[in-house]
Amino acid sequence: MTATTKEHGVPTTAGPGHEDRTRFETMRDGAREDGIEIVHYEPPFPKTGTPAERRLQTIVAGLFLSTGLLATAFVVIYIVWPWEYDRDSLISNLYTPMLGLTLGLALVCTGFGIMIWGKKLIPHEIAIQERHDGPSSEHDRSVTVATLQYLGDEMGLKRRPLLGLSLLAGLAPVGAAVAAPLIGGMIKDPHKNVEGRDDSALMTTAWNTGIRLAREDSSPVRPEDVSVGGQITVFPDIPGGHTNRYADSPTLLIHLRVEDMDRLRENLYGINEGGIWGNFVAYSKICTHAGCPASLYEQQTNRLLCPCHQSQFLITDNAKPIFGPATRRLPMLPITVDDEGFFVAQSDYKVPVGPGFWERP
Amino acid sequence: MRKRAKLDVKSMPATAANAVDERLQVARPLRGLLNKVFPDHWSFLLGEIALFSFIVLLLTGVFLTLFFDPSMKEVTYNGSYLPLRGVHMSAAYESALNISFDVRGGLIMRQMHHWAALLFMASIVIHMFRIFFTGAFRKPRETNWVIGIVLFILGFLAGFTGYSLPDDGLSGTGLRIAHAIILSIPVIGTWTADALFGGEFPGDGSIIPRAYIAHVLLIPGGLLALIGAHLGLVFKQKHTQWPGPGRTNTNVVGERMFPRYVIKQGGFFAIVFGVIALMAGLLSINPIWLFGPYEAAIVSAASQPDWYVMFLDGSTRLMPPWEVRAFGHTLPPLFWPTVVLPGIMFTLAGAYPFIEARRNKDKTVHNLLQRPRDVPDRTALGAMAITFYMVLAISGGNDVVAETFEISLNAMTWAGRILLLLLPPLAYWAARRVCLGLQQHDREVLAHGVETGIIKRMPDGRFVEIHQPLAAPDEHGHTELEYTGWVVPKKMNRIGALAPAIKGFFYPVEEPAAPAKPLAGSSGKELETSGRQQ
Repeated sequence: MTATTKEHGVPTTAGPGHEDRTRFETMRDGAREDGIEIVHYEPPFPKTGTPAERRLQTIVAGLFLSTGLLATAFVVIYIVWPWEYDRDSLISNLYTPMLGLTLGLALVCTGFGIMIWGKKLIPHEIAIQERHDGPSSEHDRSVTVATLQYLGDEMGLKRRPLLGLSLLAGLAPVGAAVAAPLIGGMIKDPHKNVEGRDDSALMTTAWNTGIRLAREDSSPVRPEDVSVGGQITVFPDIPGGHTNRYADSPTLLIHLRVEDMDRLRENLYGINEGGIWGNFVAYSKICTHAGCPASLYEQQTNRLLCPCHQSQFLITDNAKPIFGPATRRLPMLPITVDDEGFFVAQSDYKVPVGPGFWERP
Repeated sequence: MRKRAKLDVKSMPATAANAVDERLQVARPLRGLLNKVFPDHWSFLLGEIALFSFIVLLLTGVFLTLFFDPSMKEVTYNGSYLPLRGVHMSAAYESALNISFDVRGGLIMRQMHHWAALLFMASIVIHMFRIFFTGAFRKPRETNWVIGIVLFILGFLAGFTGYSLPDDGLSGTGLRIAHAIILSIPVIGTWTADALFGGEFPGDGSIIPRAYIAHVLLIPGGLLALIGAHLGLVFKQKHTQWPGPGRTNTNVVGERMFPRYVIKQGGFFAIVFGVIALMAGLLSINPIWLFGPYEAAIVSAASQPDWYVMFLDGSTRLMPPWEVRAFGHTLPPLFWPTVVLPGIMFTLAGAYPFIEARRNKDKTVHNLLQRPRDVPDRTALGAMAITFYMVLAISGGNDVVAETFEISLNAMTWAGRILLLLLPPLAYWAARRVCLGLQQHDREVLAHGVETGIIKRMPDGRFVEIHQPLAAPDEHGHTELEYTGWVVPKKMNRIGALAPAIKGFFYPVEEPAAPAKPLAGSSGKELETSGRQQ
């Protein structure tokens, strides 16, 4: 099949057939020089000017002209359409959809126009090109290998080993010098003590003895502010305490029902003892799994659910993880009430807050 | 002074060409390029969708950089979007809101960028399936396979960094989890996390600017270089082709690059671009204004990442609460599903061509593709991998599934855990059986012919179905046709029986089609040409 050239491979389309024919043949012979054989060449419309051909031509031209119209519409809409955001104005809300429609359809029209032109109006052909896979010739290989080996000889690496070694010894520190600023500039000791504390940021939060529990607007919280069965998110009452600067400090203050609190009292263990106040308990909001806020409070089942990976913590048992990938309890913030009747922290959390890490004891 | 010769417009191309060739000698290489032969099949276009979406990403991305401010400095929003007026937020989030509301045409650019990114990753994956199931990764194309895997990883990183930039409520949570993932790595975890973020989460405001420079310079640079290498290798090694008439392992059968191939590519690019624009205009994506600025204490349910990150989310959700605590150190459960698992997945994927070649002791060059059914083991393995991935990806949205179908969330998690172990082997078995069944059917049709659907009642009352043999049958009614690794016609219209009916579907048939030739006598030649080339 490769060797045959079919006779109908000669185009008969355009008028002055003779010149075209030679041009085709020149092209075909040129392709042959590159190892390409055109074995089948068939104009889609052997007879020119048929209604079918004209219809295709009309379609393609129509598509191109639609493109022009749509693209113009895009520009016009872009400029004159009321684009300023106005939630109540349908016209303004249609700005982006109109841009998308006009630009998208314009491009799709061009695409189809070009596609139909290429697929239906240009001669079908089957061309065969030989591959030249496999290794280079034995000759080329041996010559190149010899050249490379001679390159080694020219450098005299064998005769002067000191040069190579010293170059290596010299370049290694250069590599280190390149890496040093990058690493040196970025690295921070994660175990450096926080100012005023005797532990690192990983182990501590912004909470400390006597710091009030405040809402997002920095107003302190009294016990009567939280209804039974209710919960609010509290932040340390320090400047910027509710901002992301203290991303590990958000805490959930929960007012438990009496029977739930009794259960929690029974279950209270080691470090959490004495951490509750009345029927109130405060747990870290930062999930011990991946650090999302474990903030979905299921009042009926007394569970806290983290919406990121669905770890569930049982409030009545020291926020023990009872489902999902979390392995550790939500730390409890020991709380009490100060002389003025506002909630304050007895101390910082007793264990590090948030996701686990290697140095965590 | 002589008057300058009049500008001869007609001869300008020739003059210019001459000038170029005199300096660069391009005639011969240009001719080779124009004539280079490309095989054609619809499945070869999948990689192109990725390439075209990447171009859209570059174009729209440049626009976005003109208005985006990668800064975590706290500002008070005062733009057009009323619900967020007066809210404190980072400058990054504010500028992302401004792009959406206060830059003319900014929203469509943002949405085009996001849709193009989703399409980019999707087409990479589908393209990879095509390469895998047809064996196009075999020698000599292993390098290009590995480059493809690295492109996926880079695309993943580009997607994640870009998704994080607006610093909205969702992406901030994503960053929070990313921080926890880095933190979970043994020994170097805390050091790496603090180095990248500039301190304990969210750090000293470094992460957004760093993600920005990675997103707009470092990663696209890598992508650009690797895409160049990827295409260069395809060009140098020439495209693989399906088996078929005249197609051998040592040739390429198709169309010359110019004009048809390039024209079709150009048209296809415009269509991909247009579809992205349509999606961007009509379908909202990542409406950051609804999420609010990132606050460490706030998250909502159903917070899903972009689809290509879902499998990691899923693996994290399904991971049982296993933590190692010993010698004063902790190995958090987060480490296994988010660091170890993707590490294994990408390593296995990258090494697959070498594993398969070693297993088959195969050192030959392969330029002909294989039909998935003809390599049941590989196809089954691929089905197994896809199933594994799908269970993880669906589990990444198991809260949405649970809510939509009112299933217990915990049941979804347990179902995911069990199905992750159960379904992949099942998929392996099922895919293998399907492959073998299809193989058998191919052989059957080659031996007995195509089912015509015509039932004949014999004089003795039996009913038989008439088969249309594909070649002249021997005295037992069998045809001795060899399977050529290509489509065996299984319906009458594949051998031309229905062609006239289709032709006049939209337009009246102009020339009456020639009546279908009696096929019984047309011998094996008919089969040969039935492997459709276009």
